[in-house]
Amino acid sequence: MAAELQLEAERHGVFLTTVTRFYNWGRRSSVWPLSFGLACCAIEMMATGLARYDLARFGAEMFRASPRHADLMIVAGTVTKKMAPQVVRLYNQMPEPRYVISMGACATSGGPFRDGYNVLRGVDLLIPVDVYIPGCPPRPEALLHALMTLQAQIDSQQLDQVRWYGDDEPHEYPVPTLGRQGLEIDGALIDPVGGLPLVSPLRGPQYGEQRSGEIEHPQQVRLFPIMDESVARETPFRASGVSPEIAADDLKRSDVPEVGHAQSQR
Amino acid sequence: MPSLSADELRGIIEQELPGALHNPAVLCVVPARLPEVARLLCDILDHTFLSNLTAVDYPADGEIEVVYHIASLGGGVPLVLRVRTPREHASVPSLTSLWPGAALQEREAYDLFGVWFEGHPDLRRVYMWDAFEGFPMRKDFPRQGDKYFAGSGEE
Amino acid sequence: MLQTQELQINIGPQHPSTHGVFRMQVTLDGETVVDLKPVFGYLHRNHEQIAEVSTYIQSMPYTDRLDYFNSMTSNYGLALAVEQLAGIEVPQRANYIRALMSELTRILNHATAIGFILNDMGAWQTALAFSMREREKILDLFEMASGARMMCNYFRFGGVVRDLPPEFMPQLKDLMQGLPGFFDEFERLLRDNEILLGRAVNVGILPPEIAASYSVSGPVLRASGIAYDIRTADPYGAYSELDFDIPLGEVGDVYDRILVRFEEMRQSYRMINQIIERLPDTTGGHINPAMASIGRQKALRPPAGEIYARVESPKGELGFYLISDGSTRPYRYKVRAPSFINLTPLGDMCRGHALADVVVILGSIDIVMGEVDR
Repeated sequence: MAAELQLEAERHGVFLTTVTRFYNWGRRSSVWPLSFGLACCAIEMMATGLARYDLARFGAEMFRASPRHADLMIVAGTVTKKMAPQVVRLYNQMPEPRYVISMGACATSGGPFRDGYNVLRGVDLLIPVDVYIPGCPPRPEALLHALMTLQAQIDSQQLDQVRWYGDDEPHEYPVPTLGRQGLEIDGALIDPVGGLPLVSPLRGPQYGEQRSGEIEHPQQVRLFPIMDESVARETPFRASGVSPEIAADDLKRSDVPEVGHAQSQR
Repeated sequence: MPSLSADELRGIIEQELPGALHNPAVLCVVPARLPEVARLLCDILDHTFLSNLTAVDYPADGEIEVVYHIASLGGGVPLVLRVRTPREHASVPSLTSLWPGAALQEREAYDLFGVWFEGHPDLRRVYMWDAFEGFPMRKDFPRQGDKYFAGSGEE
Repeated sequence: MLQTQELQINIGPQHPSTHGVFRMQVTLDGETVVDLKPVFGYLHRNHEQIAEVSTYIQSMPYTDRLDYFNSMTSNYGLALAVEQLAGIEVPQRANYIRALMSELTRILNHATAIGFILNDMGAWQTALAFSMREREKILDLFEMASGARMMCNYFRFGGVVRDLPPEFMPQLKDLMQGLPGFFDEFERLLRDNEILLGRAVNVGILPPEIAASYSVSGPVLRASGIAYDIRTADPYGAYSELDFDIPLGEVGDVYDRILVRFEEMRQSYRMINQIIERLPDTTGGHINPAMASIGRQKALRPPAGEIYARVESPKGELGFYLISDGSTRPYRYKVRAPSFINLTPLGDMCRGHALADVVVILGSIDIVMGEVDR
């Protein structure tokens, strides 16, 4: 309703906005990714940034070398156990608000290398992920779509509910250490080399949850931009990268149904 | 000099360095004589390019085999030298003094198979971290992966 | 003279100019490198162990991910090793298609490698944009033939998975028409560029005898003046029938490595022209009929034995050492990765240079972490 009112007001030359919308608009329009290539997917990430796919169209072409400058970590490639502490440390160094795109099968679940002794089975064991991209490697178009999905997520956030202003979410994620048998947190083995991951540190008791042995954390919404049909069905605007709220003042105004037309149908 | 065949090499080694071959059929060298054989190949027979160095685990024999592929820059098929060493306290003389290029490959074999290369200047783990215990490429190292738990058979 | 203290600094594993997750522990005296120790393993994803519990054909997609710029040549290495191990004949047409793909890969790799060196020198992505433009054109061809841009998985034991589609050749000829212009443009941009000369000439010199003793291979070895190329030293596939030169450097510095790569691109172009000419007259199909079904590929049981087969990947000598125990899975599977072994002399090459030269020297070796760490 609010969006329709706004459209109506804009038609009469009055531009309205809310703090949340303005804040979201600002953040989603200049997402600066961390220049952080792990493996094969990094090459496709680079190709996305260059002329043919032109990530700059979405305001995300500023690949920053320092995590202190970056908003978005694109985990592009296989996260090995040896690399896991660095990945978490880089995530901790990024200023909030910060987002993570898990690019490709390896970062999402270990992918084809899932059975390797030194491979972490998904970066979401250690840091929260906002958007997952399937594919090995995902095509540049898939990365663009993931970015649009992330922008849709940013648009849907409410200022008073975002996770980094609350107390529920840790601001520093525990950095695993490399132990004698595998990854350790506070001296406890969490992911042995040659074994299955025992427990996600995200679900440890110090973060208000019981150690369940589960390696998933279902409290976080997973958006699979391509694979999941329900995403496309339930939130067509989000799937197309534009939330209805933002669509009103976006360039894609023609994609939004005419207000009068929509009312007459009802 | 054109590349040698394995038979020619066997003849030359048996003539020049008698007793250096532990198992002549597969050119398996006595570990202590390995540097001599390598020097013969490199200095006299002009096989100056250490192409590949790797270890193979044979738990059934209780031995680890270190395999060297040595090529000639003139071309041709590389020659193969082998050394066998017991799995417990596996140790082989290092060839880094002859081929500095062996340094990283020996470190890799040490890291993944636990073969100690005697005389290597800087023998540390190369892929796994230093604190890690175990040699993951040995056949008895546990496998990470669901599909191995059920005991995967041959298709 | 002012007394200075040695300083340890750590480059990587997350660093924009380390070409992936590579780490260097550098000891500095002022600005001069005293010692450099590479640290590996941040992308050690156990290709060899996974291959030892997989069938032979299951390892083919993993070889794509070894050297992810050159999936075609990595495929070639495994296919060649298994074919030699199992005694599989490859039809002539398949050999020509394989050579065509390998040479396209070489152009792609060398163009991007030069772009990355310039990136490391501080030109950012300006030069890289030129090479990535050509890369996209070549990737379109790969996609047409194999169905995938980067991870082609195109080779099979006994040939390639499918024949070239009819629209492939016209597009390849289009590309070939544009390539000389690209080479000239790229070379004109770089060859006499004052900044490039200043950063590359006499930097990171690797004398020939030291290069050979360090087991260095590929363009790095040839830039030092040693004419060692597996395509002529131990010919495989169609290469004995193709006419090409091996470009050599004189000094063995970074500049020579760049020039050797330029010249190799031109030689690849020459070879592709010969392949285009001869491909219609080649005999046989795209794959040996005995191996054409996927069931045959899966059920392949090479006789017990071992093989060490080598191909000339754009990075250097790529070897596959396989031991078969007569089952469907290799007993031992080892990759001789050129990028990994080419890194052995990095410390020696960097010693005495300024810190800023380290990334340029590293760039001139042209590593890919997927292959270094496997």
